[in-house]
Amino acid sequence: MADQTLLQLFSFGPDGWGAPMLRAAGMTVAVAACGYLLGGVIGIFGAWAKLAGGRVLRGAAETYTTVLRGIPDLLVIFLFYFGAGVALSKIAGLFGHVGFISLPGFVAGFLAIGIVSGAYHTEVIRAAVMAVSKGEIEAATAIGMGRFLIFRRILAPLALRSALPGLGNVWQLVLKEAALVSVTGVVELVRQAQMGARSTRDPFTFFLVAALLYLCITTVSGLLFQAAEARVGRGARRT
Amino acid sequence: MIELSFIWEAFLTLLPGVPLTLQLAAVSFVLGAALAVPVAMMRMARNRILAATAKLYITVFRGTPLLLQIFLIYYGLAQVDFIRHGPLWVLFRDPYFCAILALTLNMAAYASEAVRGGLLSVPHGQIEAARAGGMSRPLMLRRIILPLAMRQSLPAFGNELIIMIKSTSLASMITVMEITGLASRLMSETYRVVEVLLAAGAIYLTMSFLSARGVRALEHWLNPQLRNVAGGMPELERGAA
Repeated sequence: MADQTLLQLFSFGPDGWGAPMLRAAGMTVAVAACGYLLGGVIGIFGAWAKLAGGRVLRGAAETYTTVLRGIPDLLVIFLFYFGAGVALSKIAGLFGHVGFISLPGFVAGFLAIGIVSGAYHTEVIRAAVMAVSKGEIEAATAIGMGRFLIFRRILAPLALRSALPGLGNVWQLVLKEAALVSVTGVVELVRQAQMGARSTRDPFTFFLVAALLYLCITTVSGLLFQAAEARVGRGARRT
Repeated sequence: MIELSFIWEAFLTLLPGVPLTLQLAAVSFVLGAALAVPVAMMRMARNRILAATAKLYITVFRGTPLLLQIFLIYYGLAQVDFIRHGPLWVLFRDPYFCAILALTLNMAAYASEAVRGGLLSVPHGQIEAARAGGMSRPLMLRRIILPLAMRQSLPAFGNELIIMIKSTSLASMITVMEITGLASRLMSETYRVVEVLLAAGAIYLTMSFLSARGVRALEHWLNPQLRNVAGGMPELERGAA
């Protein structure tokens, strides 16, 4: 094993680790993307509750963001992976099922990531909506646009423009959070690197390669967000 | 169902982990903050090699997950001959040291950008005035630039402190028995996941809440010009009147 060169070790043949590592990188992106989308949906409702909700809704949203930003993400993942298993088994027990049922790691992982990132999404979207100047909304109302039309044609595009840098930051955060999903046994980059390290006794190389793949993912997504910012910012005055 | 009495029991079991968590967070935070200043200065240096090195360090540590950094330092470096058979092995075989090293390097990468932002925000007039007053460069750095930059980057450091407290939970993945480590053990012993996690979450929440409060108080103290007096009039104006 020790005599293998790096290229042989990570080749794409049946004995190489190239294909499993790339597949794991895909899994990392998949978990992160599912969690990010869920977080985005939560974030829209959270921001709406904070800006337009009544006392109760506002309080609930406030508690949600404070709690989720104050406890380690690892605990949330534990809660969804083990906790949901306990709850599911209890429910199944009522129907006469014996034994332990657990949520699939992928589902538990992206739910946990979604709930955590939803708290960050909420803050980003709230700030972006608040940054839309009142005059724009007033002008839209003045020419007789309905509420939904205003949201679709005026508020959402303008808010998106100022939200994009923040949304990019949340995405980078979520990508790195996806590494924690390895505790649920989902074969993403960290898990795959651990498996490779165990079977070849070469943890240094495997963790380093995983780190490099991670760097590629974060760099590429950084560039994509930059391009998106440039596109959404067309016609906007640079300050 | 969830039992209140067991939550209390779990709480008492996890409490002994608090000093270790706080220690990990405090040591890494202080070291990380101290390292962030030279890294930020390197990043802004005119020397291209220095600047590029700092940039690379920041990109790598901000672009990869902390968990991977911890594993690379704890499991990965153990394999390098120079470390395994060198004098440094005493340090690197200790998971506590590896956790602190990873947390420190990770935080310094993020915090150096905050320091850089702070340094860039120092108004040019202040520096000119200091120079006109005949200050030497070290004196200017100590009395004018660093205090102003520090005040500017304080909110970012406050965020880093809270992130640091949360990040210490990853040390449990390399057998450090802080709060999350104790919680994992208790969960596998009792299978009462929700109660244990509620207790652990409450402890972490208290710590982040208190540190957020502390940072806000510090900000208040360091920014006397933003404080409002009883009549809602800024102190500066009152002094000028």
